[in-house]
Amino acid sequence: MTTVLRFLSNTRGRKRLHITDALTYLYLLLGTVIMFGPVLWLVMSSFKPQAELVRFPPRFLPYRQETVVVEGHDEPLQLFNVTLEDGSVRQLAQVRRIGIEAQMIDPANPDEIIPVNINARTPVESVYIGLENYTEGIARFNFWRYFFNSVVVTVAATLVTLLINSMAAFALSKYEFRGRDAVLLITISTLMVPLSVILIPVFLVITEVGWNNNLLGIIIPAAATPTGVFLLRQYMLTIPDELLDSARIDGASEWRIYLQIILPLARPALAVLAIFSVMWRWNDFLWPLIVLSRSELFTLQVGLNSFQGELQVQWNLILAMTVLTLLPITLVFAFLQRYITSGIATTGMK
Amino acid sequence: MATPTTYVPGKRSGSPLKMITDPFEKFFSAIYNGIINVVDWIMHPLQDRVGVRGMAYIFVLPNLLIFGIFILLPMLLNFYYAFTGSTELFPQNRPFVGMENLNTLFTCQNFLDPNSCREDLFWRAVFNTLGYVALQVGTMVVLALITALALNAQIVARGFFRSVFFYPVLLSPVVVAVIWRWILQQDGLLNGIIVSLGGERVSFLTNAGWAQTWVIVISVWAQMGFFTLILLAGLQAIPGEFYEAAQIDGASRWQSFWQVTLPLLMPTMVVVLVLALIRAVQVFDQVFPFTGGGPGTATQYLVQYIYQTGFSNQTKEYGLAAAASLVMAMFLLVLTAIQLRMGRRNEAA
Amino acid sequence: MKRFAILFVLALVLMGAFAVQAQDAVELRITWYDDGSEGVVLRDLLDRFEAENSDIRVVVDTVAYNTVLEQLPLQVEAGEGPDMARVTNFDAFKGFYLDMRPLVADAAYWEASFAPAVLAALRTGEEDADAIYGFPNQFTVTGPYINRTLFEQAGIEVPSDSSDAVTWAEWTEAARAVAEATETQYAIAIDRSGHRFAGPAFSEGATFFNEDGSITIDTPGFRSFAETLVGWHTDAITPAEVWIGSGGSYAAAADFFINGQLVMYMSGSWQIGRFSNDIGDTFDWQAVPNPTGEGGSTGMPGGTMMVAFGDTEHPAEVARVMDYLASVDALKEFSERTLFIPAHLGLGELDFQTDVAAAQNALLTFAAEVPKLSEQAYELQFGGQAFAINNPIRDRLTQVLTGELSLDDAIARIQQDVDDALAAAAAG
Repeated sequence: MTTVLRFLSNTRGRKRLHITDALTYLYLLLGTVIMFGPVLWLVMSSFKPQAELVRFPPRFLPYRQETVVVEGHDEPLQLFNVTLEDGSVRQLAQVRRIGIEAQMIDPANPDEIIPVNINARTPVESVYIGLENYTEGIARFNFWRYFFNSVVVTVAATLVTLLINSMAAFALSKYEFRGRDAVLLITISTLMVPLSVILIPVFLVITEVGWNNNLLGIIIPAAATPTGVFLLRQYMLTIPDELLDSARIDGASEWRIYLQIILPLARPALAVLAIFSVMWRWNDFLWPLIVLSRSELFTLQVGLNSFQGELQVQWNLILAMTVLTLLPITLVFAFLQRYITSGIATTGMK
Repeated sequence: MATPTTYVPGKRSGSPLKMITDPFEKFFSAIYNGIINVVDWIMHPLQDRVGVRGMAYIFVLPNLLIFGIFILLPMLLNFYYAFTGSTELFPQNRPFVGMENLNTLFTCQNFLDPNSCREDLFWRAVFNTLGYVALQVGTMVVLALITALALNAQIVARGFFRSVFFYPVLLSPVVVAVIWRWILQQDGLLNGIIVSLGGERVSFLTNAGWAQTWVIVISVWAQMGFFTLILLAGLQAIPGEFYEAAQIDGASRWQSFWQVTLPLLMPTMVVVLVLALIRAVQVFDQVFPFTGGGPGTATQYLVQYIYQTGFSNQTKEYGLAAAASLVMAMFLLVLTAIQLRMGRRNEAA
Repeated sequence: MKRFAILFVLALVLMGAFAVQAQDAVELRITWYDDGSEGVVLRDLLDRFEAENSDIRVVVDTVAYNTVLEQLPLQVEAGEGPDMARVTNFDAFKGFYLDMRPLVADAAYWEASFAPAVLAALRTGEEDADAIYGFPNQFTVTGPYINRTLFEQAGIEVPSDSSDAVTWAEWTEAARAVAEATETQYAIAIDRSGHRFAGPAFSEGATFFNEDGSITIDTPGFRSFAETLVGWHTDAITPAEVWIGSGGSYAAAADFFINGQLVMYMSGSWQIGRFSNDIGDTFDWQAVPNPTGEGGSTGMPGGTMMVAFGDTEHPAEVARVMDYLASVDALKEFSERTLFIPAHLGLGELDFQTDVAAAQNALLTFAAEVPKLSEQAYELQFGGQAFAINNPIRDRLTQVLTGELSLDDAIARIQQDVDDALAAAAAG
């Protein structure tokens, strides 16, 4: 414990490698495995055919059984290595399996049927990155429609969020006005009640407004995020008032100050909020689920849900579609990650 | 990799003072300037009428309006539901029943034994939630702190590691649930590893203790990165001089952690604790698709009780659900107030 | 800046996509869920309908089954529902259905073609005693399947081959012996569902409905099958994931059966289509008659209904679509292609479109189960309290399996849950 804690108080500027550095790297590498491993496993599994998915113990790489086309059979037949009674090993194709007996043929001599005990054969396999799960999933799942809706919602909601949250944050950080503290207090108190407990009233309000089965019904309501307002307000507090005052002396209007000074200066905080907003909206599930009931409006998350029917779970397709839904957000993150990792740090969420 | 620094106005790349060289950027800044001018042209007369103070209300209005209609109004409706009965959906059709719903929730012979309560599931959920909150928040804050300290050290590929620890935060709860169910099921990866090492299969999802443990592990996995980054920000705001001073005074690393790092990090820690606590009490999104509350009711938490009572059960008892959500909100308010007060006292000390 | 600029342009382009196309034909919507491939068959039928009726366009919204149970009632009650839907929770929509009696071409055809009890399941009471709200598009019966190949490999006789009245205890013993002999992972399983549980419980002698209209859960027959279920779990001969690992929802054990890890599987006739697709010739599977006990030998009837909702803006068009879907030709094709037992009383000889012998046999076996269904079973399914009884049974028995409740406590809780739900329904 003490060694673990020794590096905890490290300061910068040391030159030589120390035991604490080794421990730090060990911890971080282990962390990398734990943080990334599960996702990697998901991606690997998504390439496996159904038969490989139910295999136990599972294998890391996706394998596929080799097949061979034999004259007289419409479907390709599966290849096995078979240990025959005389001890020799031959490569045979399976015609069908009945209980413990498999009827097999030699691809070179398709007329003679050889009965084999099922335990005497091992499948001939090779590593195979199959896209069948993806192509089948996309075909059956109306993927592009849902994808398009998700993108529309995410982009539009993020733009609205950035605009109205930054306006509110500007007012709450740079003006003294009556009711300011009340607004802040009410905003913070709503953090206490999650959406999942007020679903029914929310649904009623949306219905009254007439936004049921309308993408506006998921774009607008979620835009007024308390978190976003706070994040931006905290950041804007650090912008010196003198900048605003001198602009005012130059005759700039409040809107000009907001657009020309505040927004550009708050860019790191806006970037952080943008990423969060993209993440929230892209992953949003419960709200879209109650607002949308027409399939042409479904977002990816709602579509994925409807894919899981009552009576069957097709893991191969669900895994592949899951990978597809997390791909875009991963790309956005890879693209903008330096904004978020350094951005949260500089926005001073204190 | 840019090292985060404290804010210095005018030095930022986004500053309007920066020279514009990129033609692409030039084009868009021209458009942006156009927008500014148009907005200014529209808004200037408005400002002349309502004054600078009045503009503050205009700025806050859109956010407040949406917030009021779609968050505040439903919450008020929810409050009203808590004191009405029947299975009617529309508030105007629901008879007022006063404290009846709250009474139903609190009808217990012995408050420590859920089986003796009228609404046994509510009390099971309460106890499950309390246990979860204590363990999850504790584990996560400690791990997030250790990770933040490790990331704050002088290491290679810091940006990479920061991203790695943050990545799970991006995943949707449903995706997280799919990933982990796939790993933990009877024929999953983890049991595969255990069996190939010569062990026996473990029923991770059908044993109450295991399921409760994994729920905590997974929520830590999925949320830790966010809190780590906040703590990291707090750590980097501590000026290096404090450590140098401590070193001159002959403090060991251990001592300077306790005497410099931790006290100076306290304000950030309070924020992290409050946020982590609120999220923990509201646990649902991650657990519901993962265990569905099972095995039995072992991972059924408060929000799930509310969700099922008011929404997913075939007989929808909106009033009872709303009453339970009031209890939860009260509990959270009290907890938060206590924490904030403790934090303030700490700051004063 | 470049990145934001790109995002900005992208956003502008996408905003343009909000524009809605104009339509001439009346658009009707069906909320639908899929058990297997029946959605495809429905679409085929509707395509043909649209070809002949160019003034109507029918859009099918396929959702998760849970959405039908949870969101759809809310949407319908708020006046935001679809025009038609495929539902199993008939009671949730009572009062919101569209009475098609004056709209359909021939109301007498509807009354003659579907069982009165089933049509009545959608009605509220006296005041709408002759209303026509919808029709059953599929009839199901619960019953067990066995993996016959495993029995043969174990050299153990299939009990139902030589006897018409096999008990659950005998089946459990036989399945356990087969599993042991063939090193199969699990012997026996039943879906996690109160509906699935009810058939065996009735067979063991349970009754829910008293003559005075009250409901009693605690009967020796109920306890008997509950104890059987507990026994399967304590002996670890059933996959625990199904009942214990699934939280608050329905869960099927079909995957274990399909993968050959399970000897005997209590489910229902709707699995036939999936089994004939997914099992192929890996092993011989067979449906067997429901086991017999003191209460006889009964499964549970079930099925889904196509219903129309009163809020529709185009009642006449809705009735035309429903008339078409309820016609002999449409239902015949639907049943034959989906391998569902039809709920239409006059379809005559069906030519089920499968070349899997096991599927043909299973259809015959289940058809033979229909006349054996008990009155209690019908009352539970169509009497208006199915979900109020089935779900507490499912959830509370699970608590017994995990050790949270004793069986006595669980039965008391089920009774309380049922009474609460019925009281709430009566008041609301």
